[in-house]
Amino acid sequence: MASWGEASQSRLIGKRITRLSGKDKVTGKAKYTYDINRPGMLFARILRSDVAHATVMDIDLSRAEALPGVQAVMPLTEAGRILRYQGQEIAAVAAETDDIAKDALRLIFVELEELPFVVTEADAMAENAPQIRDWEGNQSNPGINEQGDVKAGFEEAAVTVEATYHAPVQTHVCLETHGHVTEWTDEQNLTVWASTQAVFGVRNDFARRFDIPANQVRVITEHMGGGFGSKFGPGVEGHTAAQLSRITGKPIKLMLTRKAEHLVAGNRPSMTQHVKAGASSDGRLVAYDMRGYGTGGISSGAGFQAPYVYHVENRKTEKFNVATNAGNQRAMRAPGHPQGAFAMDSLMDELAEKLGMNPLEFRRINDSSEVRQAQYTLGAQEIGWHRRNTVPGSGTGVKKRGMGVGSGQWGGGGGRGTQARVTINADGTVEAVTGTQDIGTGIRTAIAIIVAEELGLAPTDISVKVGDSGPGLPSGGSGGSQTTASVAPVIKTAAMAAKQKLFEHVAPLLKAPVDDLRIGSRTIYVASDRTNTVTWNQATGLLGQESISEGGNWDQELRQGGVAGTQFAEVEVDTQTGHVKVLKIVAVQDCGLAINRLTTESQINGGVIMGLGQTLLEERIMDPQTGRMLNANLEDYKVPGTYEIPEIKSIVFDTHRKVTGVGEPPCIPTLGAIANAVYNAIGVRIRELPITPDKVLTALAEKA
Amino acid sequence: MEKFSYVNATSLKQVTSLLSDSGWGEIMMIAGGTDLLAELKEYIETPKTLINLKTLPGMDSISADASGLKIGALTTVAEIAMHPTIQQHYTVLAQAAASVATPQIRNVGTLGGNLCQRPRCWYYRDETISCLKKGGDLCYAVEGLSKYHAIFGGDPVYIVHPSDIAPALIALNASIKIAGPEGEKTIKVEEFFTLPAANPFRENVLEPNEIVVEVQVPNPNPNTKSLYLKVREKGAPDFALASVAGVFEMMGKTCQTASIVLGGVAPAPWRSTDAETALTGKMINDSVSTKAGEEAVKNAQPLNDNEYKVTLTQNLISRAAMMAVSK
Repeated sequence: MASWGEASQSRLIGKRITRLSGKDKVTGKAKYTYDINRPGMLFARILRSDVAHATVMDIDLSRAEALPGVQAVMPLTEAGRILRYQGQEIAAVAAETDDIAKDALRLIFVELEELPFVVTEADAMAENAPQIRDWEGNQSNPGINEQGDVKAGFEEAAVTVEATYHAPVQTHVCLETHGHVTEWTDEQNLTVWASTQAVFGVRNDFARRFDIPANQVRVITEHMGGGFGSKFGPGVEGHTAAQLSRITGKPIKLMLTRKAEHLVAGNRPSMTQHVKAGASSDGRLVAYDMRGYGTGGISSGAGFQAPYVYHVENRKTEKFNVATNAGNQRAMRAPGHPQGAFAMDSLMDELAEKLGMNPLEFRRINDSSEVRQAQYTLGAQEIGWHRRNTVPGSGTGVKKRGMGVGSGQWGGGGGRGTQARVTINADGTVEAVTGTQDIGTGIRTAIAIIVAEELGLAPTDISVKVGDSGPGLPSGGSGGSQTTASVAPVIKTAAMAAKQKLFEHVAPLLKAPVDDLRIGSRTIYVASDRTNTVTWNQATGLLGQESISEGGNWDQELRQGGVAGTQFAEVEVDTQTGHVKVLKIVAVQDCGLAINRLTTESQINGGVIMGLGQTLLEERIMDPQTGRMLNANLEDYKVPGTYEIPEIKSIVFDTHRKVTGVGEPPCIPTLGAIANAVYNAIGVRIRELPITPDKVLTALAEKA
Repeated sequence: MEKFSYVNATSLKQVTSLLSDSGWGEIMMIAGGTDLLAELKEYIETPKTLINLKTLPGMDSISADASGLKIGALTTVAEIAMHPTIQQHYTVLAQAAASVATPQIRNVGTLGGNLCQRPRCWYYRDETISCLKKGGDLCYAVEGLSKYHAIFGGDPVYIVHPSDIAPALIALNASIKIAGPEGEKTIKVEEFFTLPAANPFRENVLEPNEIVVEVQVPNPNPNTKSLYLKVREKGAPDFALASVAGVFEMMGKTCQTASIVLGGVAPAPWRSTDAETALTGKMINDSVSTKAGEEAVKNAQPLNDNEYKVTLTQNLISRAAMMAVSK
């Protein structure tokens, strides 16, 4: 049974190693789907509904078809169909230039009969609201869960808190918008450059769609600019591109506009929780009663975690979805967790205050995770928890500082389904190939590290090929923080097998048994006689015309699921302007074995920044008057920039020597930590995200 | 965007003559293009011809002498922000320019463009929404989502003027030189901007065949302290939720004259005479500065979502006044 060995024995694993593709990315050499241009390629665009709800009465494509340079126009809906959200697809155009395609869209005649719409949860749930899907009152049947005895719990409670917490819809804001370049090499063979987080998922989807064998679709994603859960499938735009390619016989590039990206490429659903909770005088959470909902647009799936992390014996929850005329939700980095954490961690602080307890102590009492107990100690020390205001809002001056804490949890244990191949060539070169993709977390580098560690080489010696279904070595989508934990065991065992094969070639030369051979730095030596060695290139030279090429296997013992995390925030609130500046985040993230400490830290940094954006800036703004999203851009949909990013102390809290993914969890505890820090600073609680100056000033005015 | 022809400008005479061939929108001028290009891409404007002003000679420099500043309309925002004399003696202007957008935009955006930029209102910027500003029936902000809209002077269009430089220039009592077919004229920058009650479709008095040529700023009195405060949700790039351009002539801690012009709160840069009166002749302290803020907003008329701007504006004015007496 394989193991990752002791930390002291690792030459590379667990060290801070620069991302292999880093230089290519910062110099622009790295090619993303957006950068792919094929000979004879056409540019495609999609005409989308401007309105939130309408019946299609008529579509006339003829004027667009007649525009010089247009090679195909294709309807994506038909008369009689109902469009149910802004951005829904109406027709697509392929043209010789992107500008012509854009012009052609404006020549498509569409007659719509507008229908009453609801774009906010409040409007959807209002009496006499138009019913927009098969849910009475636009509300799904609630899921009700009850455990313990809630009534008895409240009777035991010394203090109770009743509050409503709200997080609005957030969009993914992938820097590279969704899109594809599609090319039929013949009637039955399709090549797709896709900005995706699931190369094989996209391959299989296209194969089904066009009814061709899966191995006749090749999907390539050498680099991609962010997915966060929104890029698992080709979507309408992918299918449309391939169809237009088929019609025109030419490669097609179809990338979404920024506006469409906000409207149709997924989002994190909203959350509203009406919660009542109680704690006993000795600080135990004893009762929790929550009724809550969210909107995932026209689709369902607006779930969230409640209660979260902390244990409550007696609890009742009732959750439902609200339908609105807006684009579908999709998985987004730790679906359901950040918004749940915001509500729960806010609630925890509100209860602690009523009990007169330090919120950290209150958490300790109610948190059964030993890992997080240790993280609380470490994080509190790092942020200087003793400096916080014991009385919230008690700081003097215009700019008030405060501190808060929040928690999170995740799985990330990986799973079966990855095939990989490690090849050692006679010239000493080594290749590692698998069908995973680098969503941005640095799996390419992690693979190189694992193989190089096993073979006594440097990561830069390993040629890693990922993001291509061509070699036929499948791997799963990059979701659930599963990539590294799924891929690492297979790569590791493949490298071990390849090493073993090489030893078999070398053993006769060294006149030693295979199991007495060991790998050194670019050498192979005999364990019982360390002077008996060959260099790496001498060894591989023995292969002659052959190569060693070995597969790996899923090994449960090399990975483990379940991580805990906690974050501490220090903020400064300008009480005259309402502006919240985050000064520092201490993020303590349980992660198992960090294959590459540097990219693990990057993951934590990225999660913190995304969590900060959700806490302080981001909100999809839907206009009840017009049914439009008013901020489908990057001007009024605000994501953190350099001014917003605080000092981040990312602490890789490695608790064991098995691989666990941490792509998602670091974005979870940030929300509660910042929200609680704002409260600690100003003594007024903001229960609605994002915490923008208008809300802070309004809350301060209400307090005064 | 729609197709357009592109003409390089050779002289002001040629430009104003070309412009005289049409009304608004058919022939438009472009310099840095940081605002206009977005309008073209969103089909908010669909001109047939663009006149490239960057080829006009002699309009892109700053001259400073004892009488004051002359800044050509084609001077970039970055040059204004980084000019040592402006930083030292016209601090409010340098600070306002430095607060604009991002380095990339400041490097190409021009003074003239900054003053003539169009509103950022999310209803106005959506091609598919026919709002009053674009000739429709309704200012959607009145009943709609108005977080970023006007609390002063809105009726009937509740946009806010997005310029940071304009409030600074008005506070410095600057003038603006405008060329038209009949020659040049110079008016106060303050008179350049108009409110929607006068013209709901435009934000200034320029005729379709006129062009901003230059801005002239008188040399402030040596006892002047000036500053620009801007509050935005995001550090950059973001427009002001509210801003204050303050120019104070001080004698010790006593304010001899105060010039307070607000940005981000009205369809034009908004001079607060109430705040000015509350400060003039007073020894500046907490209660005087607080009073100035209160006076400034007593006639504010917030919409559904922007009540906070009243508090914010009040606080910013108080802060600006206190900063006038701090080191």
